[in-house]
Amino acid sequence: MARHDETLPPAVRKAAPARRQFIFDAARMACGVGMLGLGLGLYAKQAKALPALALRPPGALAEGDFLGACIRCGLCVRDCPYDTLSLAKPEAPVATGTPYFTARSIPCEMCEDIPCVKACPTGALDHGLTDINRARMGLAALIDHETCLNFLGLRCDVCYRVCPVIDKAITLELVPNTRTGRHAMFLPTVHSEHCTGCGKCEKACVTEEAAIKVLPIALAKGALGQHYRLGWEEQKKSGGSLIDEKSMVDLPDRLPEGTTLPGHYDPASGMTAPPGMPGSAPGPVPSAPPGLGGPAVPSAPPGLGSEAVPPGMPGAVAGKVPSHPPGLGGGR
Amino acid sequence: MSDKRIGADARAAKGWFGAHKWLLLRRGTQLAILGLFLLGPLAGVWIVKGNLAYSYTFGVLPLTDPYVALQSLFTGHLPETLGLVGVAIVVAFYVLVGGRVYCSWVCPVNIVTDSAGWLRRRLGIKGSVHLARTTRYWMLAMTLVGSALSGVILWELVNPVSMLHRGLIFGIGFAWTIVLAVFLFDLFVMSRGWCGRLCPVGAFYGLLGRVSPLRVSAPARAACNDCMDCFEVCPEPQVIRPALKGAATGAGPVILAAACTNCGRCIDVCAKDVFRFGSRFNNALPVGEAGGDRAATPGQF
Ligand code: SF4
Ligand code: SF4
Ligand code: SF4
Ligand code: SF4
Ligand code: SF4
Repeated sequence: MARHDETLPPAVRKAAPARRQFIFDAARMACGVGMLGLGLGLYAKQAKALPALALRPPGALAEGDFLGACIRCGLCVRDCPYDTLSLAKPEAPVATGTPYFTARSIPCEMCEDIPCVKACPTGALDHGLTDINRARMGLAALIDHETCLNFLGLRCDVCYRVCPVIDKAITLELVPNTRTGRHAMFLPTVHSEHCTGCGKCEKACVTEEAAIKVLPIALAKGALGQHYRLGWEEQKKSGGSLIDEKSMVDLPDRLPEGTTLPGHYDPASGMTAPPGMPGSAPGPVPSAPPGLGGPAVPSAPPGLGSEAVPPGMPGAVAGKVPSHPPGLGGGR
Repeated sequence: MSDKRIGADARAAKGWFGAHKWLLLRRGTQLAILGLFLLGPLAGVWIVKGNLAYSYTFGVLPLTDPYVALQSLFTGHLPETLGLVGVAIVVAFYVLVGGRVYCSWVCPVNIVTDSAGWLRRRLGIKGSVHLARTTRYWMLAMTLVGSALSGVILWELVNPVSMLHRGLIFGIGFAWTIVLAVFLFDLFVMSRGWCGRLCPVGAFYGLLGRVSPLRVSAPARAACNDCMDCFEVCPEPQVIRPALKGAATGAGPVILAAACTNCGRCIDVCAKDVFRFGSRFNNALPVGEAGGDRAATPGQF
C-alpha cells in the first residue's frame, strides 16, 4: 500500500518494495523449511515406536524421553564389556544413532556396577539406577505355548535356569498334564515385578525360534483401566474387606448343569443335582473339572452311554469317564 | 576450463607447499581428529571414546556438541554434569577461535563438500539452484522448535554430519547413501549448497563464533591485483568483499562475517599475500589507505 501513498517520505516509499520483498522471501523460507520440519516431525513420531525386538540399555528413560535425552554418543556401547549394545544405523528400525540390543543375539549380562549407565553423559540412562535387578529393559513373555518344550510336557527349564533372577522373575508353575492325565507340566511363568528384561532367557531358549521373547515393556505389558481395583490386593492393603460383607445380597448363581453349591440358589438346574453327580450329596464341590485336578466323576451323564474307554485313555482302568466335563456339553 | 588456473599464480609465487600450507594443515587436523576417534575401535588404543556428539578423552576431558545439547534442552532434558562441563569447554573454545572452525577443521562432511566443490570446478559445472544463505538459520530454528514440539532431538534423526562421523567409528551401514547424496547435491544441484545454505550445524557454530577474536584479515589489500582466486576457492565468498574491497567505504581489513570458516584457503591461494590470520581488534585502516573522514566499522558482520 505504501507505494501508492504519496504522502509518505521518499525514503519510506523507496524502502517499501525492498521490505515487501524481504517479508515475501522470509515467508517463503518459513514455509519451505516448515514443510521440511513437518516431515521430520512425522518421521520423529514414527521413530518413537521401538520395534518389538529392540531393547534399550538398563536405566533407559521411557522411549519418548529417551529420544530427547540421548545424544547418540555411544559411550554406553563402548563401556559395555559384553558388546551387548550397538548404535542404530540408519537402516535399522530404531531411531538413528541410539543404543539398543537384541536379546536373541547378545543379551545383557546385568553387570553389577552397570558401566553403561555410568558412562552416559546425558542421563538418557538414568544414573539413579544403581541396583541392576531394578532394571526394566523389557519384559519376557512366554509367547509360544505350542513350541515351548515345558508346555509340551518335557523338562527343558533352560530359560528358568539361566535367569539371573531365578525363582523370582521366572518360576515353574506346576499344573497337571491333561494330555497324559498322569504327568505334571512345569510352565515357565514370568513375573513382571522382578523381570529385568535382560534377555538371557530368550537367548538361551532351545527352540529354533525362541518360545520366550523379551519385548519392550510398552509392547509386553497390558494395562488395566485406571478404575480397576483388585479386591484381594485392596483387602491386603487395608487389612480387611472394603465392603460391608453382611449387607451383600446373594443373587442366584448360574452353576454348571448338574452341580450345586451348598447355600447357593440356582433356579435353572433345580436346586438338587441328579443323584450320583458331584454336589448332589453334601460334601466338597469339585473346584476343577475331572482331569484338571478335580476328583474323578463316578458316572457319565445320562443318555451319553457309559461305554468303556479305549485302552490307554485316562479312566480306562478306573472305570467309566464322561466324554465331557460336566457343564461343558456333557448334559442333555 | 579457465578455472584450472585458480591458485596458479600463488603456486608460481610461493611454491606448491606455500600455496597449500593451510589446506594441508587443515586436512591433517581433520584426519588426525578422526584418527584419534578410530584408534580405539581399530587399534584398541582408547585415547578418545565416543564421537563428535560427545567424547571423553583419557577419562578426564569431556567434550559435548553444544548444538545437540541445545536440541536436547529444547525437548526438556538437561544432561548430566559431565555432559554440561563438555558443553562449556566446547562453547568456550569456539567462541575464542571462531565457531566455523568446526566446519573447516573438524567436520568430516567438509572433506566431502570440498571434494564436490573441487570436482565442480574441474568439470566446469555451471548453474546452480538458488537458495539464500540465510536458509541455514531457518533450518537451525526449525530443528530447535521441532525438537521442542516432537520431544525428539530432531536433527539427529537425519544429520549427515553425525551420521558420517558415527558411521566411520561405529559402523556406517546405509549412512553412506546420505553422505553420497550431500556430495551429489553439492556437485550437480547447488554450488556449496550443503555447508553454505542448509547445514544447521554450521549455522549454529557460525553464531557461536560471531565475537571470536581470531579472524582472517586482509592487511595487504592494497596489493590485491583482482585475480579473484580467493573468491573462487572461498566456500563463503560473500564474506571477503567488505574486507578486501572496503577501503573506499572505510571498512577495516578484518573479515568479521560469522560465516567465514577460518579455513585459510584465501591465504594460501593469494599470490600477493594479501590475507593473514589475525585478530578482530587489528581492524584499523593500514597507514596510507584511503579512509578519509569515515571511521572503520569494527562492529559489522
Ligand atoms: S549392564 Fe552390563 S552387559 Fe548389560 S548393557 Fe550394561 S554394560 Fe552391557
Ligand atoms: S551413553 Fe547415553 S547419550 Fe550416549 S548413546 Fe548411550 S544412552 Fe545415548
Ligand atoms: S529377561 Fe528372562 S532371564 Fe532376564 S530377568 Fe527376565 S525372565 Fe529372567
Ligand atoms: S527354554 Fe524355551 S523351550 Fe525351554 S522351557 Fe524355556 S521357553 Fe520353553
Ligand atoms: S574468507 Fe578465507 S578463511 Fe574465510 S572461509 Fe573464505 S577462504 Fe576460508
